[in-house]
Amino acid sequence: MTKDPTEQKQKPRDLVEKSPDEPTLSSVVSVTDGAVFFDEVDEKPKPPLKIPSLEGQPEAKETYQEAFSRAIALKPRLSKTEHGSRLVFLLCAILAMGQMLLIMVFLFTESFGLLFSQGGSPGVSLGSFLFGRDWYPTYPDPSFGALALICGSLAVTVVSTALATPLGLGLAMFLSCVAGRRTREWVKPAVELLASVPSVVLGLVGMVVIAPFLQETLNLPTGLNLLNASLILAIMATPTIASLGEDALSAVPQDIKDASYALGATRWETIWRVTTPAALGGLSTAVILGLGRSLGETMVVLMVAGGAAQIPNSLFDSVRPLTSTLAAEMGETAIGSRHYQVLFALGVILFFMTLAFNLLAWYLSRRWRSRR
Amino acid sequence: MFLIGYSKEARKKRDILATTVIVALAGFILLVLASLLIYILVQGISAINWEFLTQFPRESMTKGGILPAIVGTLYLALGSMVISIPLGFGAAIYLSEYAKQGALVSIIRLGVANLAGVPSVVFGLFGLSLFVTTFGFGRSLLSGCLTLGLLTLPTVTAAAEEALRQTPASFREAALALGANRFQAIRQVILPAALPGMLTGAILALGRAAGETAPITLTSATSFSPSLPDSPFNEAMALTTHVYNLATNGANIAGTKHLQFGTSLVLMAIVLGLSLAAVVLRARLRRSRKW
Repeated sequence: MTKDPTEQKQKPRDLVEKSPDEPTLSSVVSVTDGAVFFDEVDEKPKPPLKIPSLEGQPEAKETYQEAFSRAIALKPRLSKTEHGSRLVFLLCAILAMGQMLLIMVFLFTESFGLLFSQGGSPGVSLGSFLFGRDWYPTYPDPSFGALALICGSLAVTVVSTALATPLGLGLAMFLSCVAGRRTREWVKPAVELLASVPSVVLGLVGMVVIAPFLQETLNLPTGLNLLNASLILAIMATPTIASLGEDALSAVPQDIKDASYALGATRWETIWRVTTPAALGGLSTAVILGLGRSLGETMVVLMVAGGAAQIPNSLFDSVRPLTSTLAAEMGETAIGSRHYQVLFALGVILFFMTLAFNLLAWYLSRRWRSRR
Repeated sequence: MFLIGYSKEARKKRDILATTVIVALAGFILLVLASLLIYILVQGISAINWEFLTQFPRESMTKGGILPAIVGTLYLALGSMVISIPLGFGAAIYLSEYAKQGALVSIIRLGVANLAGVPSVVFGLFGLSLFVTTFGFGRSLLSGCLTLGLLTLPTVTAAAEEALRQTPASFREAALALGANRFQAIRQVILPAALPGMLTGAILALGRAAGETAPITLTSATSFSPSLPDSPFNEAMALTTHVYNLATNGANIAGTKHLQFGTSLVLMAIVLGLSLAAVVLRARLRRSRKW
């Protein structure tokens, strides 16, 4: 809005007639197909407050604001414990963060030798490693093509997220918008509790319950396949998505919802046209974090995905994701061997894939926050 | 406006339909999760008895108990906290109380958030490379504890920082106004107020450490040990790896089903018990808080 009083008068749609001297107090809300925007309230800058001069004293040169900012800019003298404790805490923070760098350094140094020939075996080129389809690491003439493993990881992640997203978001909508306060107070902690069930237990259930079930009902050679792993991963990711999604939906200001109801919208219209668009950033963060969890999960895919290194053609194919390859093969590998280096290179791929997902989630939640 | 074009009845019908679908979805998930828990409980409860909890495995792990696995898991989980609680709390105090809120702190915070999403098996690789090989600790309890400690560090740090940030600024200002220096304010005013919240995060991390499998298969686990570990350089059994070994390469996979589920049940009792304690603590804290 502009400060020019003549221009303001020319706006006939302003609900409140403003006198040019007073700061405007009302904010104008425009509703356009579900999205709500608030205009900023503009305020006239206040004149600086002079410090009143005492009797017999010269008049103060500073205003209150200046005196205050001068006072807080003064650094208090630091004692020895103060210095020491600060240093210790800083060290902790550096360690907590430096871990990130350390992990990268170690993954890279362990896998670096992969590119060069070593003891007679030729180096593996980056292209043949990333795009090679053959994973025969223990053959006398080994080939290390990771494409099938990467595809396996992506396949279980995508399928499980496709299953978990509607379920998780549905549960989030139920908790945030439909359930009463009492129900929510009980159900939400219970759901969060279920997010902490150890993955090896879920893997066991997949092997013992879901695999035979799939095998019999669908008449498959084995029940250990992409679908089984995705089902279990969906069970794991759903509580995460539901809990984070509920946070996002509940963070939408109540007055927007109230405004929607006041316009005569039903509950579903309010959820779908008002609350969900307003919480979209948080909801997408929830889904991406669920995605990241599925991608990094090891034990479930190790136990129920079947373990064949092939690019899957159907839901019932056996797959061998990156994580399960690492867990299965690292135990029987000599330290420093070619196979060992390749496995660390798989770790590098995995690290950067999850890093990308995390950064995306962080970016979305940040953009969402700055918009609010 | 978006409401134009639908009759009132049609809108109402839609509303009822959508609400039904949402409730049905929620009910379905809760049913699946509940039946999962009940299934494990029913399958596992038959194996649980005093002998199971206090004896060593016998006859290629097809009979006997799981005592070394329970002890190993407790050692690993508690040992990891020895690493992650001091470091995590210290980092959180620095981030929330000392650091100027600028680019550096956002980078550290982003790094911590990212680490929390790094797959546990990558931490396992890291631990294998750093502790087992470079430091020469070998596959041992010590390597496992250090790896799990680093794994849980981001969780502990983030939760502790959140708890510290929730203490009102007036606490800090009041302490500083009374002449306390920063450290005194932190030690005597802010920490007592934030500590329950910080510990809640630590308990959750403890549960997570107890439930991890992949990192400890790479750094410390053994499938069978005839004695309890008596030094940090021993390999150790753990509940999670025990379940995995019984279920995938045990001597009699079909015949030890009750042992697999019994071990799972003990594991879940530990993990969910810890999580439950954290949830209850947090709820209580929220209710009793006066600010």
